Amino acid sequence: MIPEIGHFALALALALSLAQALVGLAGAQRADARLMGAASPLAVGVLVTVAAAFACLVWAYVANDTTVLNVVQNSHSLKPTLYKISGAWGNHEGSMLLWVLILALCGGAVAAFGGNLPSALQARVLGILALVALGFIGFILATSNPFERIWPPPLDGQGLNPILQDPGLAFHPPLLYLGYVGFAVTYAFAVAALIEGRVDAAWGRWVRPWALAAWSFLTLGIALGSWWAYYELGWGGYWFWDPVENASLLPWLAGCALLHSAIVVEKREALKTWTVFLALLAFGMSLLGTFLVRSGVLNSVHAFANDPARGTVILILLAIYIGGGFLLFAWRAQAMLPTGVFTPVSREGALVLNNLLLCSIAAVVLAGTLYPMFADLVLGEKFSVGPPFFNTAIFPLAVPLIGAMTLGPVMPWKRARLFPALQRLWWAALAGLAALVLCFAIEGYRVGPALGFGAAVWVILAAIADIADRIALFSRPRAAWARAKGLPRAAWGGALAHAGMGVMILGLAGMGLATDTLRLVKPGESVALAGLDYRLVGVADAPGPNFSARRATVEVRDGDRLVTVLAPERRSFPVARMTTTEAAIHTNWLADLYVVLGEERDGGAVLRIHHNPLAPWIWLGAALMALGGGISLSDRRVRVSAPAAKPVKAKGVKAGARA
Amino acid sequence: MSEAVPNPEAAAWRRRALLLAPLAVAGLGGAGFYAMLRGLGTGDYDPRGVPSALIGKAPPDFSLPPLEGTGLPGLSAADLKAGKPMLVNFFASWCVPCVIEHPQLMRLARNGVAIMGIAYKDKPADSLGFLKQRGTPYARLGVDQPGRVAIDWGLYGVPETYLIDKSGIVRWRMAGPVTEEILDQQVIPLLRRHA
Amino acid sequence: MIRWLLLLMLAVMPAPGPALAVGDPADQLPNPALEERARVIGRELRCMVCQNQSIEDSDADLARDLRRIVREQVAQGKPDEAVLTFVHERYGDFVLLRPPFKPETALLWATPAIALLAGALLIRGMRRRQAAAAGPPDLTQAERDRLAQLAGRPRE
Repeated sequence: MIPEIGHFALALALALSLAQALVGLAGAQRADARLMGAASPLAVGVLVTVAAAFACLVWAYVANDTTVLNVVQNSHSLKPTLYKISGAWGNHEGSMLLWVLILALCGGAVAAFGGNLPSALQARVLGILALVALGFIGFILATSNPFERIWPPPLDGQGLNPILQDPGLAFHPPLLYLGYVGFAVTYAFAVAALIEGRVDAAWGRWVRPWALAAWSFLTLGIALGSWWAYYELGWGGYWFWDPVENASLLPWLAGCALLHSAIVVEKREALKTWTVFLALLAFGMSLLGTFLVRSGVLNSVHAFANDPARGTVILILLAIYIGGGFLLFAWRAQAMLPTGVFTPVSREGALVLNNLLLCSIAAVVLAGTLYPMFADLVLGEKFSVGPPFFNTAIFPLAVPLIGAMTLGPVMPWKRARLFPALQRLWWAALAGLAALVLCFAIEGYRVGPALGFGAAVWVILAAIADIADRIALFSRPRAAWARAKGLPRAAWGGALAHAGMGVMILGLAGMGLATDTLRLVKPGESVALAGLDYRLVGVADAPGPNFSARRATVEVRDGDRLVTVLAPERRSFPVARMTTTEAAIHTNWLADLYVVLGEERDGGAVLRIHHNPLAPWIWLGAALMALGGGISLSDRRVRVSAPAAKPVKAKGVKAGARA
Repeated sequence: MSEAVPNPEAAAWRRRALLLAPLAVAGLGGAGFYAMLRGLGTGDYDPRGVPSALIGKAPPDFSLPPLEGTGLPGLSAADLKAGKPMLVNFFASWCVPCVIEHPQLMRLARNGVAIMGIAYKDKPADSLGFLKQRGTPYARLGVDQPGRVAIDWGLYGVPETYLIDKSGIVRWRMAGPVTEEILDQQVIPLLRRHA
Repeated sequence: MIRWLLLLMLAVMPAPGPALAVGDPADQLPNPALEERARVIGRELRCMVCQNQSIEDSDADLARDLRRIVREQVAQGKPDEAVLTFVHERYGDFVLLRPPFKPETALLWATPAIALLAGALLIRGMRRRQAAAAGPPDLTQAERDRLAQLAGRPRE
C-alpha cells in the first residue's frame, strides 16, 4: 500500500509542477499578481508531495518490502539500517527521486525566502524550476519507477554492492545532488533574466548566494567521494580522472567561474552576458553528467546499470533545458549591455582571467572526457584519456590561475597597478619561494611537489595577507579588531575559501611525496617505511553483520614508542559474492599511515603499507573551501532575505573595497 | 585584424554568431550523443569494445606445444600461412562464454573451416576434459599456459577469435563469444571474401 | 533481449568492476629505483579489461601479466619508451592512458590552447564593445596631471 501512495504522490507532484510552471510563467508574462502569487504555494505543494514519495521509498527500504522490485535489487534484510536507508538512493531510480526531491527543496526555498524578489522574477524562476521538475518527474514515472512491484516476492533482496556500503558514500550522493541541483536555481534565474532581458546588480546579488550554496555543496560532495575512494578502494589514490568524476568536476568548475563572475555583475554591472552564459553552462554540465552516468554511452566504474531507452529520454530533456536555454541566450542576450568599464589590471581583470582559466580547465576536462566517445563515433578509433593526459594538460592552466586568485583579491576595482598589489604580498611570495627551495633541499629534485608546496604557502599566506591588509593589522593594529568585526563576511569567506584551496594544494603536494611498500609478512615480522616500523601481530577472523572478515593487527612503532595499532580487514560478502579490502588508516595530520591487507599465504599475509604525507589536508582544504562558501553565504549583503540589507551593505562596501 | 574603425554592422553580426555558438556546440554534441545511443541499440557503437592492433598485420611469431591426449599437433606462426583463410580461437575451460560459442565452432569445423585453437591459461587436464565433453573443433591446438603468446596477440579476455586470410594477414577479430548471429552475419561472409 | 543477454555474458568474461589490487610482493623488482620506474610506466598503461584504471591499480589477471612484463623489460634495461612501445604495438592506442599525439588526437591536445585563444578573443571583443558602449575611459592620474599642467592650473 505504501509504495502505491509514493507512486501516487509522485504523480500528484507531476500535476502540481505542471500547474506551477503554467502559473509562474504565464502569470509573470501577463503581470497577473494572483497567478504569480499561486506559484509559491504550488512549489510548497510539489515539495510536500515529492518528499512524501521519497519517504515512501525509504520506508520500503527500511521495512525491506520485497514486493518492491527496487528494494529486491538493491537491498537485503541483513543490511544495517543506515545502509538500508542510503540504499534507497544508491541506485538509478532512487537517486533520480532524490534528485527531484532536492530540486523540489530548491523550489520550496525560492518560494519561502524569495519574498523580497520582484514578484515577476520570483514567479518566472519558480516556473522554470517547475519545468525542470516536470521533465524529471515525468522521466521517473515513465522509465524509472522506483515503486514497481514484483510478485511473487522473493524471500530476500539481492544486497547492495558492498563497496558502496559505507558512511562516506551514503552521504556522497545527497551532497553532490545538492550541488548539481542547486545550479538549477541559478539556471532558472538566468533564463528568467533572458526572458526579461534584464541583468543588473540586484540580479547578481540574488544569483550569487545560490551559486555559492550549490558550489559549496558540490565541493563537499566531490571531496567526500574522493575521500571515500581514498580510504575504501585501498589504493591510496584519491582522484582517478574517471569520466564520472569528471562529470562532477565540470559543473564545479563552471560554478566556480559563475560565482566569481557574479561578483563582477553585482559590484560593477559588467560581464552580464558572460555570467548568464555561465549560469546556463553550470546547470548544463550538471545535466550532461546525469546523461553520461545513466545513458550507457560511457564506460566507467561508477556508471549506473544503463539502458539506451532511458538515455534517449534524458537526451531529450537535455535538448529541452540546455538547448532551450542556449536558444534563448542566442536570441535575447543581445539586449543586455554592459555598463561597467575596467582595465585589464584590476580586480575585475583578475576575475576575468580567473574565468578564462577556469573555463579553459573545464574545456580540457570536457574534451578529455568526451574525446574517446566522439573519436569512436566519428573516426572509429579508440583512445584512452587518463590521468597522464589531464595532469599534463591542466598544469599549465593551473599555474596562472593561482596567480590570479592571489593577486585578484588585493587589487582594487576598475583600475589597479600590478606593483602595489605585489607589494602587499611580498612576504607571502617570499615564504612560498622558501617553501619551494626547502622542498628541493629536503626531498631532492622533485619538481611537482616542490612547486606544489611553494604554491600552497603562497596561496595560504596571500589570503592571510589580504585579510591582514583589510583590517590594517600591521599599520594600525589597535583598530584591527574593530575593523575585523566590520569586515563583511563575504571577505572572510572568500579569503577562507582561497586559503582552503592552498591547504588542498598542500595536501596534493604532500601526496606527491607518498611512499609505499608491498610485503609478504609473517606474524612477528616487521616492515620499515618512512622511519616507522610496522609489525604484523597476527590475522584473525572478525565477523560482521552481513560479511565475514579477516582482520590483521599491525603495530606501528617509532623507535620504541608505539604510535598506533592498525587493523586492516579483508571482508567477503556472501550475498553479493564480493571481497573488499578495508584499509586501516592512522593520521597524525602530518601523514596518513595506511595499511591494506592482501591475501594470506605461506603462513603470512601480504601487507601494502602507504606513508601519505599531508594526505588529510586535501579534504580539509576542500572542507575549508566549502566553509568559506558558507560564510560568504551568511553575509547579509548576500543573503537577500535579510531585512537589514541596506545599511550593512553600505558599511560593507566601505570596509571591503579599497578603491 | 586592424583596430581602426570597428564596423558596427560586422561587429553586431559577429556578436550574434558568438551568441549562437553555445547553441551550435550543444546541438552538435547532442546529435553525437543521439548517434551514440542509436549505435548502442544497433551495436555500431560499443563503449566497451576494443579494436585489435593486429588487423591488417601478420600474427606475431610464436610456437606453442600441443595438448597431450588430443592427438592434435601444436601451433606455431608458420601454421597460419596455409593458402586458405582460417580462424584462430583462444579459449579456456573456465570461461563461460566459451561454452556458448562452442557449438558454432563445431558447426564451422564440420563445414571444413580450419580453426586453430589456443588454450589460454588453462590446466591441460581441464582443457582436455572440456574438449572431450564438447567435441574438438580445432585442426591444431597450442597450449599457452603462461598467457604470454596471448599478450603478443593483444588478447584481453577469452574467448577471442581472429580471422586470418589466405596470405596470413589478420583481417578480423571478435572479442567475446561467436554467436550464431555473428557466425552467419560476419564470420561466414568474411571467410568467403577472403577465400 | 538476446543483445542484453549477450552483454551480460560478455560481462562475465573478464574480471568486471573495480578489481583493486593489493598486489603480489613477488612481482616487484628488488631494486626500488627500477620498481619506481616500472610503476611510472605502468601508470601510463590502461588495464584493458577494467574501466579507466591503469595496470598498476588493477588486480585483473591481464593487468598482472602486463605488470610483470613491464618489470621484466625494465629489469632487462630497456628504456621507458621501448617498454611502452612494446605494449602499444600489441594493444593499440587504447592501451595508452596518455593518447599519442597524431592527427586524430591533435584536437584533444590542442584543447588548452584553443580554449585560451578563444577566451582571449572573446575578452578582446568584450572590451571593445565596452569601450564603444561607455565612451572613453577615465583619465589616469598622470593624464590628469598633464591636463592640469596644460591648463596652467596647479596640481591637485
